[in-house]
Formats: sequence, C-alpha cells, structure tokens
Amino acid sequence: MGVATRPTTRPGARDRASSTWELWSWFFMRISGIILVFLVLGHFTIVHLLGEGIDRVNFAFVAGRWASPFWQTWDWTMLFLGLLHGSNGLKNIIDEYVRSPGKRAAIKGVLYVSTFIFMLLGTLVILTFDPDAGRSTILPGA
Amino acid sequence: MARLPERIGTIYRGGQGQWSWALHRITGITVILFLFAHILDTSLVGWGPEFYERVVSVYHNPLIRLMEIGLAAAVLFHALNGLRIIVIDFWPKAAEYHRQLFGVVVGLYIVLIVPALYFMGRGLIRNL
Repeated sequence: MGVATRPTTRPGARDRASSTWELWSWFFMRISGIILVFLVLGHFTIVHLLGEGIDRVNFAFVAGRWASPFWQTWDWTMLFLGLLHGSNGLKNIIDEYVRSPGKRAAIKGVLYVSTFIFMLLGTLVILTFDPDAGRSTILPGA
Repeated sequence: MARLPERIGTIYRGGQGQWSWALHRITGITVILFLFAHILDTSLVGWGPEFYERVVSVYHNPLIRLMEIGLAAAVLFHALNGLRIIVIDFWPKAAEYHRQLFGVVVGLYIVLIVPALYFMGRGLIRNL
C-alpha cells in the first residue's frame, strides 16, 4: 500500500520486510489484485452493464448462473480473493492508524472474525445452491 | 538525486504519489464495505426466491443506481491504480516515470468510465 515504504524489489524484499508473513501478505496483495482486476471488471460488465444491467437481476438470473459450475467457480474465487484482499487491506490500514496495541488487537479481532463469517456464509451459499430446489441444500431454515 | 522536501517533519510530499495513495485507500475501503453488504444480500438466494426478490427490488431505486455508479468509479480507480503500483513494484525503473504512469491510469480511467457511465446512466433514467 505505502509504495515508498514497502519492499520494491524481490531480491531485497526479504531483508526489508518485517517478517516472512508480511512478505507473503505483500506478495498476495499483488497476485490477488491482478486476478481480481479481471474477475471483478468482468463481473461488473456482465451483471451491471450488458443488457438491461441490474434491472434484469432477480432470483432466476442468479439461480441460472449458479446452475453452471463455471460461474460458481468465478463467483467463489471472487468471494475468496476479494474478501482476503479487502480484509488484508483493512488490516494494513488498522496497523497504521490505531496506535494503542489493545485497541488494535481488538479491532483486528473483529475484522478477522467477520471475514471468517462472511467467507463461510458466501461459500455455503454458492457451493450448496441447488438450482432444482431453488435454494441451498444445507443452510439452516432454507 | 532526490532532494529532501522543504517541509521536513511530514512524510506527505503531495503530488500524484500522495493523492493516488490516498484515493487507493478511500476506494479500497469503499469497495470492501460494499463487498460485506453484497455478500449478505446475495446470500439470501440460498433461502429461496421470496427474500431475495424483495431485496433486489430496491435496485430500481434511483439513489441505489447513483451508488452503483459511485461503486463503479471506485472499483475502476482501485483496479487501474493497483496495476500501476504493481508495475512500479516489480519494475523499479518505472518509478522514474511514475507521473507518466499516473497519466496512463487517468487516461485509461476516462476511456473505460465513459461507456460504463453511458450504460448505467441509461439504467438510471429508465427507472426515474
């Protein structure tokens, strides 16, 4: 994120990163970012710009897409990488602005738990959706 | 080569570097907050048509359509500026041309946002 302070070359990066974990996190942001550019701009073009845009988005539209493993894979990859990329970005921002170690840990704890819950919910909905039944097969109450 | 800035004591140097950095954060926070909401609304699909149809009927609201345009504006900037950051990170010589690279980002942004605005604006007018 902070272009000037993060490692800028791969050979020297290991020495300057505060830990191997931070280096992997830095690397992940770049790799996931490149993939997300294609997945998200593609998703936005197809769902928001083509045809009648989001005027045509309804239950049948989503159910029709999730009947195809291709779009299930697309949407799940976008969910997975988008959540991790976004949460990691928030984590970097929290690290920089929240000075008190206690508050920092608490806020990051809330972030990590929320990210896990969103990941679990999204994954269950996309992967257990049954187009014939018109709902998920294992979600409680569904 | 690089001289110390006049205003010693602040890490902010102004110019394209600082503003693109600030915009990257602001658009990033915007997009992840939208993603949290978008996971919740789309998850209703798992519980059958009734709830989901009620939620997506809100998408016809002109105010929501304006937010859709704002979301597109934020996502596109974050995507193009992110690619600029990656180019500079993996090809350090590019840092010497960072102003020109930012110009490329602005140029591509205009080329891509104009047709997107046309399509989303059409949808907005249709729902007025």
